[in-house]
Amino acid sequence: MNNNIVLLPLLIPFVTGVILIFFKNQIRWQKILSILSFLGMTGVSLYLTNLIANEGIQTLYLGGWEPPYGIVLVADMFAALLVLTTSIVALCCSWFAFSSIGKEREKFYFYPMFQFLIVGVSGSFLTGDLFNLFVFFEVMLISSYVMIGIGGTKRQLRESLKYVLINIVSSALFVASVAYLYAITGTLNMAQLSQRIAEAYALGEGTAIITVVSILLMIVFSLKAGLFLYYWLPGSYSAPPMVIAAVFGALLTKVGIYALFRTFTLIFYHQQEVTHYQILGWLAALTSLLGVIGAVAHSDVRKILSYNIVAAVGFIVLGLAVFSHVAISGAIYYLIHDMIIKALLFLLGGALIGIAGTSHVKKMGGLIKHHPYPGWMFFIGAVALAGIPPLSGFLGKLLVIQGSIEQGATHGLFYLFAGISLFSSLLILYSVMKIFMHGFWGETKLTKEEEYGTTKGLLAPCSILLLVSFFLGLGGEYVLPYVFEAADTLMNPSIYIDAVGIKE
Amino acid sequence: MKINDVIVQTITKIVSFIILTFAVYIFFAGHHNPGGGFIGGLMTAGALVLLYLAFDLETMRKIIPVDYKIITALGLLMALGTGIGAILLGYPFLSHTFDYKDLFILGETELATALLFDIGVYLTVIGVTMTILLTIGEDDY
Repeated sequence: MNNNIVLLPLLIPFVTGVILIFFKNQIRWQKILSILSFLGMTGVSLYLTNLIANEGIQTLYLGGWEPPYGIVLVADMFAALLVLTTSIVALCCSWFAFSSIGKEREKFYFYPMFQFLIVGVSGSFLTGDLFNLFVFFEVMLISSYVMIGIGGTKRQLRESLKYVLINIVSSALFVASVAYLYAITGTLNMAQLSQRIAEAYALGEGTAIITVVSILLMIVFSLKAGLFLYYWLPGSYSAPPMVIAAVFGALLTKVGIYALFRTFTLIFYHQQEVTHYQILGWLAALTSLLGVIGAVAHSDVRKILSYNIVAAVGFIVLGLAVFSHVAISGAIYYLIHDMIIKALLFLLGGALIGIAGTSHVKKMGGLIKHHPYPGWMFFIGAVALAGIPPLSGFLGKLLVIQGSIEQGATHGLFYLFAGISLFSSLLILYSVMKIFMHGFWGETKLTKEEEYGTTKGLLAPCSILLLVSFFLGLGGEYVLPYVFEAADTLMNPSIYIDAVGIKE
Repeated sequence: MKINDVIVQTITKIVSFIILTFAVYIFFAGHHNPGGGFIGGLMTAGALVLLYLAFDLETMRKIIPVDYKIITALGLLMALGTGIGAILLGYPFLSHTFDYKDLFILGETELATALLFDIGVYLTVIGVTMTILLTIGEDDY
């Protein structure tokens, strides 16, 4: 099976990004091409998702070399859904950037870097080769280094230094663990890795070292995803302009989560007692607890939202730790919802900061008098984030909690983990409601003339995200079959391996 | 104070051509021997840096009036183009082929499309290296 469609979600932004370098100063063209590129990407990934639903997993052997000798791109339902969500988020964020990012940054290759970032993200989702995953991680990270520092304010420079350092360390660890894995198995193709490791477990040879390498990879991806090792995240994500923080919050950590899901369902699924139930379970529970404590403690809009990313990461990984069909489906559903809703909340937070001229919640107030639409949109977003029934956050949470309670029958710890997650949902709601109540309710502190910015051109992209969130919530009947199919592939590695078609 | 750098400039004029020739040789050797786009590009950039060191930025900008960022983008476009070409002909992305052709002076030569990809790498490496060095060189802090 060779299908160049699989490549298009990363080829379109790549070509666009390169072309945009030529038009450094024609900002109008930069904007038009960016939007066209992301529209095209959305269309292609919609088509790809349907193709997978009808005809099964799509693969592309790059350069015609069959796996395991060449690099293979694999679009299963999980990857396709994430690519689709990425393209929607990218579309809305670049639209939001048009009227918020400012001429200074636009002239310094903001839009090309945005395109390259999306190349890295969708490439990471689609690749079927561990070292190629590393390369796409770097494509994504190097673009994000540029985007976190672009504009060159003092705060951005300070935070970008930390961000670059932590990511270089984790990338070096990634290379080291890939090297160990290659030394053990002699392959880098994920499907063949899965086969070889299954053989090793069948023979009972070298299983201890494989577990050690799996934990090393877990540390790497946890650093990227902000799972427990998230100490760099709140500072770095609150330094750049809010639209860039929205892209980071919605996409970058999710790539780490995707890599965790992929490796720990496809490759390292043999030592569930240790890797999944114990380590991932505790990491997930502690992450959601610590993240939510941070979110409650701060009164800065950027910090509250950044800590909310951390809390959600913990919740999604809990679904992986439970490792049952129900919980994995719930985690995938919640992952998609979280990408959309984090982008929405960061963008609305950006609009809020733009109007109030400050990011401290205690210094703003009464904005709903002049800005009812962003106010109520933020309210709906906050409620969806916490998981109130008709909205998008509910279904995913329900399935993950259901899965962990079912698992609790055999492993009592999961009752505790489920309890922690429910408790953290409550505090998440409290932390975002704090922004809503301080920012939008209360005494009006600024008259219409005193405000520092407008919401002109900012609300349309937010309302698209809100509509998608509504669709995910109310159209659960329609979305769930796709999510279940994604979970089927994750729970049965043989489906993936057969689709890749290893030739020995 | 004006430094007399006539020796440096004269030697540079000769040496830079030797380096450039060697760089191109290394670049074409890449398919069968050690070498290729990356090292060839770096060496070309090395020759250019030597020229920039011996003469000043203003003179060099007159002699080579190109924006190296555009060179980078051209290189990327070239590399992508070889991949997209394969798609247009109905093969998987980045499929390459080769053939033996009787060229005018060189006789029977192996022509591979991988060389086109390598030209892309070559241009990108030159563009990036020169952009980095010139950006640092132009800073007035």
